[in-house]
Amino acid sequence: MSSYYGRPVIKEPTWTWQIPTYFFTGGLGGASSVLSLSATLFGNEQLARRALYIGALADAACPPLLIADLGRPERFHHMLRVVKPTSPMNMGSWVLLASGGASSTAAALERLGRLRPLRHTAATVAALFGPALATYTGVLIADTAVPVWHEGRKELPWLFGATAAASAGAAACMAVDPEHAGPARRLAIGAVAADIALMRAMELRLGEVGEVYRKGAAGTLGLAAKALAGAGATVLAKRGGRSRGAAVLGGALVCAGGLCLRWSVFKAGFQSARDPKYTVGPQRARVEREGTKVTTQPKA
Amino acid sequence: MSSTLGHPAAAPDGWDAYGDDQQPRVGFFTDTSVCIGCKACEVACKEWNLIPEDGLSWTGESYDNTSALGANTWRHVAFIEQEKPLHTNGDGSTGLRWLMESDVCKHCTHAACLDVCPTGSLIRTEFGTVIVQQDICNGCGYCVPACPFGVLDKRHIAKPPELPAFHGNEDGRVWKCTLCYDRLKGGHEPACAKACPTQSIQFGPLDELRERADARLAKLSGEGWNGVQLYGRDPDDGVGGFGAFFLLLDDPEVYGLPPDPIVTTKHLGEMWSSMAAAATVLVAGVACAFIGRRR
Repeated sequence: MSSYYGRPVIKEPTWTWQIPTYFFTGGLGGASSVLSLSATLFGNEQLARRALYIGALADAACPPLLIADLGRPERFHHMLRVVKPTSPMNMGSWVLLASGGASSTAAALERLGRLRPLRHTAATVAALFGPALATYTGVLIADTAVPVWHEGRKELPWLFGATAAASAGAAACMAVDPEHAGPARRLAIGAVAADIALMRAMELRLGEVGEVYRKGAAGTLGLAAKALAGAGATVLAKRGGRSRGAAVLGGALVCAGGLCLRWSVFKAGFQSARDPKYTVGPQRARVEREGTKVTTQPKA
Repeated sequence: MSSTLGHPAAAPDGWDAYGDDQQPRVGFFTDTSVCIGCKACEVACKEWNLIPEDGLSWTGESYDNTSALGANTWRHVAFIEQEKPLHTNGDGSTGLRWLMESDVCKHCTHAACLDVCPTGSLIRTEFGTVIVQQDICNGCGYCVPACPFGVLDKRHIAKPPELPAFHGNEDGRVWKCTLCYDRLKGGHEPACAKACPTQSIQFGPLDELRERADARLAKLSGEGWNGVQLYGRDPDDGVGGFGAFFLLLDDPEVYGLPPDPIVTTKHLGEMWSSMAAAATVLVAGVACAFIGRRR
């Protein structure tokens, strides 16, 4: 395969450490809001309250992270000067505003013990936007020219949703007494299983483009993610229902695994953008297979 | 606001919104067969657009020490030394040739950078071109990996002195070719085309350029030029045709260009669908965790 002195065809993202961290906190916040509302509906008050606080804290961490990554942080509000469905980042800004605003309102009212109806309305709004907050980041990175992200567009929202659910369940396990944490535990364990299966499915379907997940930082972080989340889920399953210490340990391991998984996906994008073979190879193969209109050959 | 979802028309997204102010769509036809690698386009672009110097280095890659398009390079001349004959009809050429190509923003009909920009900083102009509004850009960087050609980048070098001190030490915004929007407004051709001594860079209404390119392709092909092809001329390609297209003498990837670029938002509909399904299952999954054993 030819390239221009081995130089990349596309640019690597300019995003720094705040972005994968945000993928984690946004996922945790969004899924925790759903967990909290479900706990309210099923009458598990301790879980409802603590998941609400976790969701509000995680949501509150998001804007500072995102603003810090901007080249012009003082212009962060320009994100909200248009409504633009072709831009997942724009849509995500609105979702974060709605979800984060609602979850922090609900958590503040819960803490103050006032205005119960408004607290419930706010918690419901947070839970409505939470699933979008937990999954849109998959669309955000898929909607780029980065081969490993764009070709993974079917799985990425599912993968990020599963990681979000695992993190929310795990964080709740850490904060809630074991006798009230059953649903959170089952959520964390089930989501970790889904997460590992989705990651594997995505790698298999991506073929050669997906080999960045077995290389370099993305490979190491991916292994760490599976090991940490798998170990955490095992601890939660075996001891999480009886021992608070085990629940904290297991929950922390699952959360750490979720963070590593976001970092692995993030790093994979850089590795995929950097090597021209991932851009040129599949495109050239598509040309051989389907033809192309981008080049006009002379008439014979 | 523009949308490329479904790609209904060959007209650039957003261009029709100008109504009476709409101007003919203009662009570049860069004919690499007459490029002599003088880099006058690079220099003219830097001078006219006040683009800062961003370091000088020796790459050892033929005569190319510019390397790639970016925040501070809006024209880039590529140099490729090849063991290939210039002509295929056995005219006694040596079997060596030196390709030169002045690369630039493609001003796509369906532009990924414009679609994904969350602030509306990237816009379609009345000339059908794509520009970054520097007073709007907040440096989120989304357009950088969205561009299938790697054109845009964030400017990391020192900020202009008139900017407030509190936003850090670098410019932080994204920059790219404006097709000399200011010059177009004044009825002038872009600086690179003006400076090009061989008419390798031709500026004009896109329809006219396409006709000229077709004639040029037929002529060079008749003369037996090895590998001659147009790149980005067809409105039916993955980005709806380029506003700035090329005549190349080898496959696009030889010049560092993607061989089959697509606008990433072409698949955005299925991405949103996938997300909606995943979000629904997330809610269902959480609910399932409550059903069954109560503890």
